[in-house]
Amino acid sequence: MNGETKDRSAQKRGDRRWRILLLLPFLGLLWAPFYNRVEPSFFGLPFFYWYQFLWVFLTPALTWLVYRKTD
Amino acid sequence: MNYTAIIIFCALFGFITVMGFVAARWRRGDLDHLHEWGLGGRRFGTVVTWFLLGGDLYTAYTFIAVPALISGAGALGFFALPYTIFIYPLLFLLFPRLWAVSHKRNYITAADFVQGRFGNRWLALAIAVTGIIATMPYIALQLVGLEVVIGAMGVQTEGFAGHLPLTIAFVILAVFTYNSGLRAPALIAMVKDVLIWITVIAMVIVIPQQLGGYEALFASIPVDKVILATPPEGSLGLYSGYVTLALGSAFALFLYPHSITGILSAKSAEAVQKNAIFLPAYSFLLGLLALTGFMAVYAGVRDMPEYADGFAASGNNFAVPALILHSFPDWFAGVAFAAIGIGGLVPAAIMSIAAANLYTRNIHAPFINPNMTPKQEATNAKIVSLVVKVGALVFIIGLQPEYAITLQLLGGIWMSQTVPAVILGLFTRWLNPVALFVGWAAGIILGTWMVSTNGFNSGIYAFDAGLFTVPGYAALYAITVNLALTYGLTPIFNRMAWTRGSDETQPSDYLYGRGKAAAMPDPAITTALE
Repeated sequence: MNGETKDRSAQKRGDRRWRILLLLPFLGLLWAPFYNRVEPSFFGLPFFYWYQFLWVFLTPALTWLVYRKTD
Repeated sequence: MNYTAIIIFCALFGFITVMGFVAARWRRGDLDHLHEWGLGGRRFGTVVTWFLLGGDLYTAYTFIAVPALISGAGALGFFALPYTIFIYPLLFLLFPRLWAVSHKRNYITAADFVQGRFGNRWLALAIAVTGIIATMPYIALQLVGLEVVIGAMGVQTEGFAGHLPLTIAFVILAVFTYNSGLRAPALIAMVKDVLIWITVIAMVIVIPQQLGGYEALFASIPVDKVILATPPEGSLGLYSGYVTLALGSAFALFLYPHSITGILSAKSAEAVQKNAIFLPAYSFLLGLLALTGFMAVYAGVRDMPEYADGFAASGNNFAVPALILHSFPDWFAGVAFAAIGIGGLVPAAIMSIAAANLYTRNIHAPFINPNMTPKQEATNAKIVSLVVKVGALVFIIGLQPEYAITLQLLGGIWMSQTVPAVILGLFTRWLNPVALFVGWAAGIILGTWMVSTNGFNSGIYAFDAGLFTVPGYAALYAITVNLALTYGLTPIFNRMAWTRGSDETQPSDYLYGRGKAAAMPDPAITTALE
């Protein structure tokens, strides 16, 4: 009984660490020189645009993962 | 006059007007209570909240101004995309706590929370006044968006008679908001969003085909507009400008009263979190729409004689309406313009409700009449929502729209100065309310001064860091000083008991779970967790 409670709380603490994933969109987008380029383009869309569009999909995917793994 | 477009536009406006009145009966509640009128009874689930916040945050003005900025300044205008990406991790991590404590303590505004948490009515007043002043020009800008599309249909918008269509639209808005409260924009947001999605998808599919594809489009634009211009020697140039605009705007957005109203009207913390996952769909839409700014340049609408009057009246803001007129049949232009017009009414309604809630709860109640009954409180807010809208209308008719744009620019900077009290306050009570007040005041003054050095034209301040210059969004510089003062002065003020204020909240108030436990936290569980 006691061991079970302990396991459960340890698991909870571990779970909260998943939130670190939500730093990734900031890391990916805060250094503009990294993505401020035209090539490689994708279906005519310069890298600058499709790279940032990529984060529109990655960010909710990460958020969903954190949502499932926490609490 | 474009009669086909006008008929479609008026028909859709008529439809949403009826919806606005019917909304009073939707999920019926006693509208004589402020949380029913001003927060829809806190009953909106994930889906309704998605429509409501989508309609609230991505406003008509956004849909006009972002492509307009891109058609003029190029890639810099695309900062709206990282901006509307950054907001969602913040929404997910921070705001369920605000939802939880507000639900538990019946807080309706951010200033309510600050009052409860810090027990200092002057700090709460500062938060409330910041919110109201930042919201007023935002409402006015929704009118600018509405006036641009009315003008695009060939209706004369100059002079007293020219403002009549705008006035009629606003009277309709004012009456249904008074009558139905937050339920009206929530219901109308669903129609608006469907129209906006149809419009934008049609634009990004049809127009590039007419123009010969994205490749030809971007090949025609100079490289220093397609991407950010390389900074000059000794400066971070647009690089730091771009990311600080995105980051600073992201911190301000959810502190705006209309955002808080949207969040607090959700029925559970779970609905708020799920929206942090699903709302980015609108960011995708906004990104697509931003690209139409380049399409307007490539199509050359600016030099077409038929649009010369529109550009003369509205500047770059006419780029998207001109592109719509140029690329689509009249009936579809009517649909698109109705989408933009209704897209202005939804946030304007929510903003006026939010400002009315703030005035009633955090100015009228503590400073003018502390003994209001719930019914008086609700009536007071309804009347203030009318006053706020009339104020915005007079502002646009009587003054140049440029003033609204400048005030909106400053509003974002002012709003972000409430981060320490509202956001940090969710996590710690160590901060001293007097120190928070001083930090807030310094941030407001510094941010305003930075913008004044640009002649109030730009929020980017060229900070000279010795060896090189870091142009950055004034909001971030101001908030750095604000935080430094707050943290530096807190230990000093905390030695003086009279400055410390009080705290009516309990640590358990901030906890949120999922499902049934979320709505009604079990006291046994919350005690165990402490």
